[in-house]
Amino acid sequence: MNKADQHFSANSGASVGVVVPQTAHFDEPIMLACGRELSNYDLVYETYGELNETKSNAVLICHALSGNHHAAGVHSEQDSKPGWWNECIGPGKPIDTNKFFVLSLNNLGGCHGSTGPTSINPDTGKPWGPDFPVLRARDWVHTQARLADRLGIACWAAVVGGSLGGMQAMRWSLEYPQRVKHCVTIASAMKLSAQNIAFNEIARQAIISDTGFAGGRYLESDSVPAKGLGLARMVGHITYLSDDAMARKFGRNLRSGTLETGNDDSIEFQVESYLRYQGSQFSENFDANTYILMTRALDYFDLAREYNNDPVAAFSQASCSFLVLSFSTDWRFSPQRSLEIVNALIAAGRPVSYAEIEANQGHDAFLLPIPRYLDVFNAYMQRVAVNL
Amino acid sequence: MRLDLAHILRWIAPGSRVLDLGCGNGEFLQLLQEKLQVNGLGLEIDPQDITESISRGLNIIEQDLDKGLSNFPDQSFDTVVMAHALQAVHYPDRVLDEMLRIGRQCVVTFPNFGHWRCRAYLGTHGRMPVSKSMPYSWYTTPNIHFCTVADFEQLCREKGIRILERDMVGNTNRKSLLATSWPNLFATTAIYHITR
Repeated sequence: MNKADQHFSANSGASVGVVVPQTAHFDEPIMLACGRELSNYDLVYETYGELNETKSNAVLICHALSGNHHAAGVHSEQDSKPGWWNECIGPGKPIDTNKFFVLSLNNLGGCHGSTGPTSINPDTGKPWGPDFPVLRARDWVHTQARLADRLGIACWAAVVGGSLGGMQAMRWSLEYPQRVKHCVTIASAMKLSAQNIAFNEIARQAIISDTGFAGGRYLESDSVPAKGLGLARMVGHITYLSDDAMARKFGRNLRSGTLETGNDDSIEFQVESYLRYQGSQFSENFDANTYILMTRALDYFDLAREYNNDPVAAFSQASCSFLVLSFSTDWRFSPQRSLEIVNALIAAGRPVSYAEIEANQGHDAFLLPIPRYLDVFNAYMQRVAVNL
Repeated sequence: MRLDLAHILRWIAPGSRVLDLGCGNGEFLQLLQEKLQVNGLGLEIDPQDITESISRGLNIIEQDLDKGLSNFPDQSFDTVVMAHALQAVHYPDRVLDEMLRIGRQCVVTFPNFGHWRCRAYLGTHGRMPVSKSMPYSWYTTPNIHFCTVADFEQLCREKGIRILERDMVGNTNRKSLLATSWPNLFATTAIYHITR
């Protein structure tokens, strides 16, 4: 079980290689948290590594707001853009595909192949658009559990996620305590703060007020709320970075023009053009209704609500071990939010380890190869691997 | 294993809940888990120590003792241990109060600055002692609150802390007669089992 120990740092360039997404179709209706029922749905997923004989080495990756199933590897030999968590998933990496069988899916409501607002509503023959049911993190957890059933995975060695993904991982530990051995929650929170919800609302309003949004029926009216979606992403992007990270990356550097007096050429800061580029890229690759749906799921998430708002009572339901990680300059999901998780876990008597990683990249840090982050993550996952 | 740690084992009940303040690389907590099957939790701030502790399979929280322990409820642990960290915190008296609030019993170990070698070094050189066990210069040392056996016991009296038992480790790193008889002069390491 315990292969020759590898130094993952020496394998930072290693990759799971070319991966092919798969689709699982589900015909059994699922009752959603909002009270509506979905009669059938597809989930698109990728897997990395080999499932062992006892099916005890499976790790579930839960994606964040704008994530999808493509977490590691590439889609072709020519593909220069690897999956969103390629730094952490692969041979010799913290989620070591030599040891684990890794499953990463596009959540229900997504726009990368799983059933969502861009899919056809069987009742109308038209795209779901704004009529797609409102989803909660628990709906994702329940559909992920059905995918696990399909693959014969009775218990995850670990459920892992950052940000909104961390919320799903925590929800797993409460909804299916017998099906999770370890829960890894990175840069996450038990619920969003008012400030956090406020940023999401700006993003939603940017989308909704774009005339191209057409009340969410843009696919039918052949319009695109590209401006609104781009603006939503720009706001989000700022909150995922730290002041320091932006200062380092852009400073007050100009892309064009000059600030000298007597010159009225149009002036553009680097940061302006960068944000606009990010916004326009995103609007080409993401669905506006999905963005609204995902931000709502974030806002509605409240781990302890159904446990009398007592996080200790909530975590008393769990039976797994936890690793909680935060990043020092993350102000969207601050270390304080992670400490609230940790303290509730301690009070609930759950085994937990916690580290606050010194990093200047803000919330985005959880996607980046920060040496101490990878070290701690790796040390914990090695432990998971030893006790499969 | 350091001798001061071996002494502590007999004060800790098998299977009990133990909080280790400044647990370092987790060596002692691992020993407690292996020998006594305790339910242990360690607090540490050094990144490498935290990673090493996690590798050992321990539960470790990154937390700075100087920023308080208010996140731990009263009497939530059977034993709170602090080995060789008392002299490194900003407010040793407050940390002691907090330990005694969180744990039903506590174990504290510290280097005895009253040891004759320290006195001799200071007396003859007129400078802060530097030795194998205290290798730092005065301006770089993490040990900012050195005390003697007599100082510690005075603080316990002032605070109404009950000393259940004490152990003194001498120069040869064994329990010596000299260290037991005149601890303030001959103990290199003092080990206290305390409660309130």
